[in-house]
Amino acid sequence: MDERTKNIQGINDHAKQLKNSFKKYKQIMSTHADIHEHDDHGHHHKETFITKYIFSQDHKMIAKQYLITGTIMGVIGVLMSMMFRMQIAWPEEPNILFEALLGKWAPDGVMDADVYLALVTIHGTIMVFFVLTAGLSGTFSNLLIPLQIGARDMASGFLNMLSFWIFFASCVIMLFSLFLEAGPAAAGWTIYPPLSALPMAQPGSGLGMTLWLVSMAIFIAQSLLGSLNYIVTVINLRTKGMSMTRLPLTVWAFFITAVIGVVSFPVLLSAALLLIMDRSFGTSFFLSDIFIQGEVLHYQGGSPVLFEHLFWFLGHPEVYIVILPAMGIVSEIMATNSRKPIFGYRAMVASILAIAFLSTIVWGHHMFVSGMNPFLGSVFTFTTLLIAIPSAVKAFNWITTLWKGNLQMNPAMLFCIGFVSTFITGGLTGIILGDSALDINVHDTYFVVAHFHLVMGISALYGMFAGIYHWYPKMFGRMLNKNLGYIHFWVTAVCAYGVFFPMHFIGMAGLPRRYYTNSNFPLFDDLADVNVVITVFALIGGVFQLVFLYNFFVSIFYGKRAPQNPWRATTLEWTTPVKHVHGNWPGEIPHVYRWSYDYSKPGHDDDFVPQNVPLKEGEEELQH
Amino acid sequence: MTAFLTIIIVLFVAVAIWQMVKIFDLAQAGTDDLGIATEKDNKVNAYLMLAFLVFIYAITIVCFVKWGDLPLMSDAASEHGDRIDNLMIISMVIIFFVQTFTQFLLHYFSYKYRGQKGRKALFYADNNTLEAIWTIIPVIVLAGLIIYGLFTWTTIMNVNEDDDPMVVELYAQQFNWTARYAGQDNVLGLANVRLINIDKANVLGIDESDPNAFDDVVVKELHLPVGRPVVFKMRSQDVLHSAYMPHFRAQMNCVPGMITQFAFTPTVTTKEMRENPNMIDKVQNINEIRKENSKKLVAKGEEALEPYEFDYLLLCNKICGKSHYNMQMKIIVETQEEFDAWMKEQKTFKASMTTQNN
Repeated sequence: MDERTKNIQGINDHAKQLKNSFKKYKQIMSTHADIHEHDDHGHHHKETFITKYIFSQDHKMIAKQYLITGTIMGVIGVLMSMMFRMQIAWPEEPNILFEALLGKWAPDGVMDADVYLALVTIHGTIMVFFVLTAGLSGTFSNLLIPLQIGARDMASGFLNMLSFWIFFASCVIMLFSLFLEAGPAAAGWTIYPPLSALPMAQPGSGLGMTLWLVSMAIFIAQSLLGSLNYIVTVINLRTKGMSMTRLPLTVWAFFITAVIGVVSFPVLLSAALLLIMDRSFGTSFFLSDIFIQGEVLHYQGGSPVLFEHLFWFLGHPEVYIVILPAMGIVSEIMATNSRKPIFGYRAMVASILAIAFLSTIVWGHHMFVSGMNPFLGSVFTFTTLLIAIPSAVKAFNWITTLWKGNLQMNPAMLFCIGFVSTFITGGLTGIILGDSALDINVHDTYFVVAHFHLVMGISALYGMFAGIYHWYPKMFGRMLNKNLGYIHFWVTAVCAYGVFFPMHFIGMAGLPRRYYTNSNFPLFDDLADVNVVITVFALIGGVFQLVFLYNFFVSIFYGKRAPQNPWRATTLEWTTPVKHVHGNWPGEIPHVYRWSYDYSKPGHDDDFVPQNVPLKEGEEELQH
Repeated sequence: MTAFLTIIIVLFVAVAIWQMVKIFDLAQAGTDDLGIATEKDNKVNAYLMLAFLVFIYAITIVCFVKWGDLPLMSDAASEHGDRIDNLMIISMVIIFFVQTFTQFLLHYFSYKYRGQKGRKALFYADNNTLEAIWTIIPVIVLAGLIIYGLFTWTTIMNVNEDDDPMVVELYAQQFNWTARYAGQDNVLGLANVRLINIDKANVLGIDESDPNAFDDVVVKELHLPVGRPVVFKMRSQDVLHSAYMPHFRAQMNCVPGMITQFAFTPTVTTKEMRENPNMIDKVQNINEIRKENSKKLVAKGEEALEPYEFDYLLLCNKICGKSHYNMQMKIIVETQEEFDAWMKEQKTFKASMTTQNN
């Protein structure tokens, strides 16, 4: 009898245990590997230096890794631009800097023409992909998605770690290519074949281009891993009450950005693979009828225009991959610092969706004069100019968000206002470039350079700076120095206009981009002084980024300790402790009761109501 | 070099400011300044926003006054060029208006609604009428631009064969241009890079057995009769190039493995263009700059620059390798008689072949 009772008890205990573990399993499935709620998993806390700082699976650490790697790449990219700007302003003049940095590629300090093209190429590649795609999206998607939707971490911490280290490998390969005997890739960041396919066409198209392609192929793998992770996290791991319409616009932007990335990056991968085939295995996807250096090559039947289509099928969405996260960041920070809800939340989300959709059907506007059927030019003109509509809606909504606000001029806010300013200035000239008839005469001139640098380069960079100034306390638990921030912003803002505004004029004067020097055309002699002005502004702007770097790195160690919620924001990331814990919230994950923009809501004493504060009795949630 | 010195000076100024801020920080140490904007910061930055608005307007005005004559927006030398210039001017006016207006709102609001103690922001989250307004207005404006643009585009790109356009091939290679006239029959002989025979001076790979090729004329300087439509057939032998003729508002890529085309009618001869008052000013200005530069060169013991005389140019506008920056061909637009006289002096392809064979 005793034994039977014991047995039954044993079975019951076992069943209880099973039930408990099932409960735990369910919890884990619903809120992700939730280490902190279970004491028996406590030993996971112990982390070695390697698992904490290097092979970390914590999204906050991965975000910082992306940010610092992106910053280092950014310094290299900007340094390159400063060098080639000096060459443009003072062509073929000896320069100590060139001699020091370029070595044998700058005999007697005079930059070599091949190196000029290499610098332009690697500058573009680094800034577009490594800084503004990985550095911006990688940093803030990783940091903010779990924190703002109320998740313990990304859906897959391991994939997340993997994506960072793959990114790191691709950076290393790209930088390694700078040290090759024949130099890095030099066919322009768009690497159109045949120039990029034929080593005899230019020295950079040898091993340098191979490494470029390998680096980019790996980069794309990293981007896909990251994007899939972001998408799954946003869809599955939102905390209780966090409906899609309560998501902060940052998360919406990161989410849609990830979707665009998943749709379009594989196409670039295929283009890169086909180009590798053409280069190394004798296929003719992009090459045909080529006579170079006295011999006819065997290639037949391919078309470089096909490559252009494949490239721009990614290349155009890519600029939205760059700008959408910046838009999300700006919307969020602007609302917080205006102490006002973002104006037209629904319209903001709708315009993100519209931009995302349109971005995949406009790539042909880069190819109006490529030799494709002119009818296609008409179609792409139509779709391209349509994109101005959601962009205009966004710009006006930002301006209206400022209206009757109570603007807190933190450095992050200044960068947001700067973003809207450059986005408008740069975006408007898109109306000219998107018009096939007008593009004929400004295609590939400095007009294009001015346009895209303002609208996606500078704007996205401003978005990134705004994000850094705003979420630095969340990342490092310390505050950035605001006065250095003000100096950084104002000098950068003046220089950005100083560089790119006059550039429109030399572009409309017909000056082609990617010219090593313009001195072979007396026709362009009257543009020389404009180029000097541009370069001087570029150098000042570049040097002043040191202010930011100093602020950034010194504040990690010596900044003032950050309070819990320095900007008095409503979103969930500010409910987490200042000191990072694995799993983000030490206790339960907060529930969400309202949208993320309850700033200055009537009926509340404070001018912000965090998302995790339940509605008061009789309080209505805004129907948006 | 003076400019370089300026940069060094600017660098030092930057360092000085940096140091000053450091001192500023030290002075503040111990206070509870956290790096969050105070009312004073709001005020200072709000005024700076106004100043920045002035800066944007100023840079716009300075650019237009100083460099406003640089853009190619008038004096197009081709028939369709005027249409492009018109469309360009219309677009620029719209852009200018929108830019001035929106930048004003942005910076003025930033100034006016700066954070102040006791001020409470207006809880204003939505307004469908406003959203509708700024959706519909761009739609209307863009619809106009799209329609105008597409009409212009189709007119430019559709080559009307009834006009009997003169056929000219533009042949691109690293790093020069060659032109081939179709000759009396106005039909270009077949060609392929596989037929290139340097020994026989057949550098374009023209099919020697194609009768259409016999009267083709291969030249290194492009002459065009004024008023006659020309259709350019572009080829490239190695990498992508782009035939860019800015004064004619014309551009088309040259793609290895395929023939692309662009057609236009030159309307202004080189001589007339040189006598255009705007052009005279421009050339004079350039020559003054060149004189200044020559002085420096002579001081260094180098040769002085030659004075500049205006000529139409064909430039390469697609990155094509080391000497991309110096891939050009002179274009001369002249009267039909002058053109005919020039053409008579040129050797036909067949004739040039025979001389080689001898």
